[in-house]
Amino acid sequence: MDYLPYLLAGVSVGGQYALIAIGYTMVYGILRLINFAHGDIFMAAGLIMVYLCTALPLAVSIPLVLVITVAIGFIVERAAYMPLREAPRMSVMISAIGVSYLIQNLALYLTGGLAKPYVSIPWISDTITVFGAATRRVTVITPILTIALMVALILLIKKTKIGMAMRAVSRDFDTSRLMGIRVNNVISVTFVIGSLLAAIGSILYFTNYTAVVPNSGQMPGLKAFVAAVFGGIGSIPGAVLGAFLIGICENLIKSGGGAWTNFSDAFTFVLLIGVLLVRPTGLFAEKKIDKV
Amino acid sequence: MLKVENLQVSYGGIEALKGISFEVPTGKIVTLIGANGAGKTTTLRTISGLIKPKNGAITFEDVSIAGNDAAAIVGRGITLVPEGRRIFPDMTVLENLRIGAYLRKDKLDNDIERVYALFPRLKERSWQLGGTLSGGEQQMLAVGRALMANPKLLMMDEPSLGLAPIIVREIFDIIREVNKQGVTVLLIEQNANMALKTADYAYVMETGRITRSGSGNELLNDPTIKEAYLGTMNEEE
Repeated sequence: MDYLPYLLAGVSVGGQYALIAIGYTMVYGILRLINFAHGDIFMAAGLIMVYLCTALPLAVSIPLVLVITVAIGFIVERAAYMPLREAPRMSVMISAIGVSYLIQNLALYLTGGLAKPYVSIPWISDTITVFGAATRRVTVITPILTIALMVALILLIKKTKIGMAMRAVSRDFDTSRLMGIRVNNVISVTFVIGSLLAAIGSILYFTNYTAVVPNSGQMPGLKAFVAAVFGGIGSIPGAVLGAFLIGICENLIKSGGGAWTNFSDAFTFVLLIGVLLVRPTGLFAEKKIDKV
Repeated sequence: MLKVENLQVSYGGIEALKGISFEVPTGKIVTLIGANGAGKTTTLRTISGLIKPKNGAITFEDVSIAGNDAAAIVGRGITLVPEGRRIFPDMTVLENLRIGAYLRKDKLDNDIERVYALFPRLKERSWQLGGTLSGGEQQMLAVGRALMANPKLLMMDEPSLGLAPIIVREIFDIIREVNKQGVTVLLIEQNANMALKTADYAYVMETGRITRSGSGNELLNDPTIKEAYLGTMNEEE
């Protein structure tokens, strides 16, 4: 039994989940909101790619997908979450669920419910051989790109002024305002980064699939959310580690073949329940230092 | 420098400020004293732009600032040391200072040195996380952070709250020192005794209104103020 192809696939899909999971964990860290629309923004990025590629060359489509997805994330926050800033958290969550269905239904309307074949991107979909296992280049690129983006993001948060503002806002809105930080702008930046990573994840993810459908975002979105909770929601390295673990476990289970393949999703959620029973705050819980 | 006229603020259906007027002249220390719920914190939060006033005027250096957002008000040179200090617990002391200068684009080294000169203990703890400091050190950090924006007017909300008397005295010494360096101070306190001894001018607040005003010494020796806010006068000595 050769596990290598499954391991490679797991690392790859784990990286893709990670790129989505970072968006969940960052938004949660700053707004204490589970952004249920995040998986659908990921799907929307896939559809936008399909539509753009019918008219434009790939070299134009890819950057444009990133820009449009970022714009969608920004607009969703400004239109559906910002007006509810002082409202109870539950109201914002309901709003997020509403946005999720809105995006799915818009996609259903635009596609007429038909599966849209995803574009094949040359070079990254080429077949290569890794340690004797045949796979696509995207399988290798994904984890490297994911880790690089994670490191860049952590540096941004730790070393730059906007990163410092993000850390401050995630702690305390009012005190951040007293420092001169415009809280709404910082929150927008968070959504912009989250959507950008989701768009990159979407390009990598759908390359491995034949088509995009309106609910394509649900399962990867849910698993990325599970990864974020698993890693300790609010923690970026936690979300990335959680996503890799889920991707790898899921694919190793599939290596059992037959019935095991059907159980791979169930396993993901059993894993979440197990972790939450033992460590309710996830692998890397946010540090709580409070002293008054 | 700062002029508040007929300021009315309400939230949640409660009228927290029922039309207060007072002035903070340049270079002075002015204090608002009063019991819990008198509206002192609301006054400072409104001036700093965290709460929108319902009515009335706030002018700073002859410019109306009522209803401006908090960042604009910090930009004009008004900072607030909030009640309960509210330092950022998972940032280092140095980062806490740097974030106080968030709107500034110039070099901060001199200002950091100036804060460290005022609070040598912060310099020793420069790399420590804010949350690991003692209450008194956190208060110093909160003051230092507010000074990093290079304010013309420094507002402080209950800086003595929950601190040991010896630390309270230290904090008040610093307030005087900062004032000598040219920063105007608006201070609110429940520790009326310390506040009145420090302030040039004082206002007494009661349930959303200003009921008395006078120089610090005047109010300190006023029998009704003594009875209501100072208790027995000998406990400090």
